[in-house]
Amino acid sequence: MNYPLTFKQYSDALKEDRLMGLKCKVCGSITVPPKMACRNCASFEIEPMAMKGTGKIRTYTSVFVPSEGRETECPYIIAMVELDEGPWIMGNLKGVTPASAGLDVIGKSVKMGHEVFPGDKYSAGEGARPVFTIV
Amino acid sequence: MRKVAVLGVGVTKFTGAQEKTGVELFAEAAGDAFLDARMKPKDIQALFIGNVLGDFSEGQGMPQCLAAENIGCFNIPANRYEGACASGSMAIRDAFLLIANGAYDVIMAGGLERAATMGTPLATRTFAMFSDARYEYPAGITFPAVFALLAHLYSDKYKIPVDRLREQMARVSIQACKHGSVNPKAQFFGKYGDLTIDKVLKAFVVASPLGLHDCCPFSDGASSVILVSEDIAKRMTDKPIWITGAGQASSGTLSNQKAYLPRIYAREVASKQAYAMAGIKPDDVDLIELHDCFSIASIIASESLGFFDYGKAGEAWEKGQADIGGKIAICPSGGLKAKGHPIGATGGGQVYEVVKQLRGEAIPANQVPNAKIGMTDTLGGEGGTLVNLILEKGY
Repeated sequence: MNYPLTFKQYSDALKEDRLMGLKCKVCGSITVPPKMACRNCASFEIEPMAMKGTGKIRTYTSVFVPSEGRETECPYIIAMVELDEGPWIMGNLKGVTPASAGLDVIGKSVKMGHEVFPGDKYSAGEGARPVFTIV
Repeated sequence: MRKVAVLGVGVTKFTGAQEKTGVELFAEAAGDAFLDARMKPKDIQALFIGNVLGDFSEGQGMPQCLAAENIGCFNIPANRYEGACASGSMAIRDAFLLIANGAYDVIMAGGLERAATMGTPLATRTFAMFSDARYEYPAGITFPAVFALLAHLYSDKYKIPVDRLREQMARVSIQACKHGSVNPKAQFFGKYGDLTIDKVLKAFVVASPLGLHDCCPFSDGASSVILVSEDIAKRMTDKPIWITGAGQASSGTLSNQKAYLPRIYAREVASKQAYAMAGIKPDDVDLIELHDCFSIASIIASESLGFFDYGKAGEAWEKGQADIGGKIAICPSGGLKAKGHPIGATGGGQVYEVVKQLRGEAIPANQVPNAKIGMTDTLGGEGGTLVNLILEKGY
């Protein structure tokens, strides 16, 4: 059976600032990040669909202790965003100073861009991720 | 199903980076378990070991087979379990189920890990492998960051200001260090017994709002437990400790758990299975060794397990309701926070502590009086794996 939306396809779309997800033909639920089965009803009848790339911040953290190989990125903010279409996704938040970010960012509306993690010796290649800015 | 007993337990001291190999550490724990159970290598029919990062920390894959031979359990089936920090508890649960269902009569289960040996940068990188490598790691997720995200979500959901939550979380760490500082098996034995709220709040931030003292250490160590069928238990001891309940559940990417966060839904599924199998309620549990990898993790876990109302666990710690003499004794060993967290070995370490408690053999300062029912709670990844075990004193 054909995989409906691979990470490579998702990442390539992100590199053009397009956020792709899947819409279920059975129950109408939207699944992001992409999977084989609808996250609501487990149907395989799901097809790719472009998200608007907008949503609200639901939680965040400012990271000060990085993984090996990502020292130069620190500090940075990770945010979980609830998309206007419903799903939550993880990305970075830019335009806010990590050391002074507070709980007031939660609930703020954001729009999406992207950055590419170039990969390391464990990651089997690069991967794009959403980067959000408060609107 | 047949009844299953824990007949023997052994752990190494959990430590920072050290020179013994993972297999050597496991052999020491196994040796103690043999002595405790009054059994010999030839009695063991299968060996189940939790080991997560041996490939990265020592360049050692398949340590379970080397360990079986090392301790004289020649040619028995040996399985490795990998469910991140819940690996050891997965091994013990499967051992329990296979004995309960009659496939084996005696299984040794436990785990080994040398997480501290890797050092913080590589350990942070490899622990991040328990998140989604494609959809989360590119954003720079780390393990503290996962629980930091949950802490801010908890603050927002239950309307507890972050500064107030940080004080409550500090109480969790202080209680853990109080018990760990007097536990000779603990990584923080003799350390941090004088931790104060001020010291916790002023420590450097790892991932906001979590500071150094909100986080468990990276640890080296091993654990081993010997599980036996009812007839063997009755032949070998008049003081059995039974495993009466077990549950396990899985979840996917953190973002796909959104309907429940900051609750970890897999925990609610797994603990419900364990409570139902044991035929008990949360109020019946005297003590629990739960997965306190971060201070906020204790708060979140204790609520989903049914010990405190949602949004109220921090207050329970402040009032001593989560300590010995309170509503339930949570992590009287010092927990992952102060005893240490050698991830593959952690579940076996929790079972070790619960068995010691139920036998009345815990460190006197950490002994829960008249403990009859104990529980473990072990979480892997972002709630990707969750295992609960219930143990009861059989005499």
